[in-house]
Amino acid sequence: MKRRIIWLIGAIIILSILGIIIFYSIPILFYPDLPFVPFFQRCFYILLFCALFCLYRILKGPTAPDRVVAIDILGILIVGFCSVLGIPTGRSWYIDIGIAWALQSFIATIALAKYIEGKDFDE
Amino acid sequence: MNNINDITGMIFIGVGLFFDFFGCLGLVRLPDLYNRLQASTKCVTFGTCSILFGTFLMLGFTAAGIKALLCIVFLLLTAPVSAHALARGAHISGVKLWEKSVCDKYESSKASGSSGDEKGKKGKRT
Repeated sequence: MKRRIIWLIGAIIILSILGIIIFYSIPILFYPDLPFVPFFQRCFYILLFCALFCLYRILKGPTAPDRVVAIDILGILIVGFCSVLGIPTGRSWYIDIGIAWALQSFIATIALAKYIEGKDFDE
Repeated sequence: MNNINDITGMIFIGVGLFFDFFGCLGLVRLPDLYNRLQASTKCVTFGTCSILFGTFLMLGFTAAGIKALLCIVFLLLTAPVSAHALARGAHISGVKLWEKSVCDKYESSKASGSSGDEKGKKGKRT
């Protein structure tokens, strides 16, 4: 019963934050005369909310591999974040940042997995 | 807004956001490292690929659109490899499964078959 109440409170908080993001437009960062701004504002905030989940797991994760998983997921999220930022601002170099971030995140995750496994880096 | 490419790209980006959000919710909600890894890696990889494909549809065959397609290829190549390496490393380093897990075939195969790997590792460490 107590777990069900906690579940309900969490669901209400998450749904209310999503409702605030979707139904009220919070202006930030984009110039208002560019195209597609209201849609991409909402995309931006939903991705920020997902990144908040990853940060929660990085802070709270009980073991080290949990944190590495959350860092990996955060890296993949940032790639989508860069491509979402690239369209309404009209600056195409955001997608270059996305490609570089994907490759760098892959190398970092492989190195951290080797480190967790207990091997040396040159193996 | 009246262009069909823009509308299709927005639909793709919306689907990708849906998958991203539920993948990250799984990252918070699920009880175990392996469950979390499985849910979040698959959902977030597919969602980000969908966002990038929507970006390609909205930008067309420009330089940035082709770069978005290239980024999809990189993500599909790298994300499963890194997730597999992470799961293997965590299992070898001794992270426990959830207590309601049904089977653990990697543990049984490690116990029965290949003990040479363990011996080699120990010999190399000392």
